[in-house]
Amino acid sequence: MIEKNQPSKLSTLTRGIIKENPVLVLVLGTCPTLATTTSVSTAIGMGIAATIVLICSNIFISLLRKIIPDSVRIPCYIVVIAGFVSVVQMLVQAFVPPLYDALGVYLPLIVVNCIILGRAEMFASKNSVADSALDGVGMGLGFIVTLLVMSTIREVFGAGAFAGISLPFFSEFNIPILTQPAGGFFVFGVMIAAVAKITHGKVKHSATGCANCPSAAACGKIGKEA
Amino acid sequence: MDVKHLLFIILGAVFVNNYVLQRFLGICPFLGVSKKLDQASGMSIAVVFVMLLATAVTWPIQHFLLDPNGMGYLQTIVFILVIAALVQLVEIVLKRYIPALYKSLGIYLPLITTNCAVLGVTVLNITEKYSFGESMANSFGSGLGFFLAMVLFAGIRARTENCEAPESFKGLPITLTAAAILAASFSGFAGVVETLFGA
Repeated sequence: MIEKNQPSKLSTLTRGIIKENPVLVLVLGTCPTLATTTSVSTAIGMGIAATIVLICSNIFISLLRKIIPDSVRIPCYIVVIAGFVSVVQMLVQAFVPPLYDALGVYLPLIVVNCIILGRAEMFASKNSVADSALDGVGMGLGFIVTLLVMSTIREVFGAGAFAGISLPFFSEFNIPILTQPAGGFFVFGVMIAAVAKITHGKVKHSATGCANCPSAAACGKIGKEA
Repeated sequence: MDVKHLLFIILGAVFVNNYVLQRFLGICPFLGVSKKLDQASGMSIAVVFVMLLATAVTWPIQHFLLDPNGMGYLQTIVFILVIAALVQLVEIVLKRYIPALYKSLGIYLPLITTNCAVLGVTVLNITEKYSFGESMANSFGSGLGFFLAMVLFAGIRARTENCEAPESFKGLPITLTAAAILAASFSGFAGVVETLFGA
């Protein structure tokens, strides 16, 4: 595919927040989004941890993009990402142990977060180091903002609290199902619908197809028509 | 370790802690490959197979290689490499010796490397401090739970695809809303397995 006119540095940074929001528009990284948004603090923790890994791996993969042979690129990316995830995991364990316990299995699972592998495959492997770093920052911000909005909805209405602080009105009239898995799916669906409504369908989300799946090339695009 | 205990773990993993609907692991294939029943079941069978195999390999690695040498911190990187290598190996072996099975499962295998349910089950087996037998039971149950969720959801999607949804809800949002209802029904299983076994 031929690259169209090179986007400006600013748009590389900002498009991750709405136009190409990794979660709501590209529909990547749904697992951590659904799993960690039951409370604001775990959601922010997950957002920051994933963003650090994303920026570091984007920079590193962009640096190595001419050295890595095309045929083994996916395993190489996974090794790079897994390395950074281990680093972040140890840092969180050492400095924020409560967050380490709260995130549990989802912290090592950042390795298979499709946002990170997806950006490595779609952006960092084709662009300069500076652009890749900016892309990482932008996509990371989009991820954090989405997690923040979704966890706010789920915690305020579901548990009647914000970041663990009980709120006067909401704590009496909370809707517990929102903090349960079912509520996660529902709030996520409504948020995607809201983004579709706000952008008046200008932003075509790629729905559930293979367009953004990093392993699409390997599997022969089984679900491609979306 | 008796059969009852293993059955308890399996049923718990299938219904109570269903990987897709309660733990949110493997959502990507759940949304992406659940459009047709045959694809959904093919993918799930491949997942069950890889989960069992990955557990059989990663559990001994953690307990006999990493832990005695104080290298537990390498868990994430070693596990993902083992899973990736294993998936490749299975693909090659199937292609060479059982071409019929490769034809039906082969295309799903590369997708599984990046399926968080597989890495999730291997890591959870370690953090839950399961013995080898319990780990295998847990992996089998988790895979079965994935299978159940995929097949159920493929049926539901056949209906939602044809329904009249509001414009902005078309596509993914209505699918997720349907998933919410399915997840809510699975919440009803909480406690059932415990009562069944009097645990």
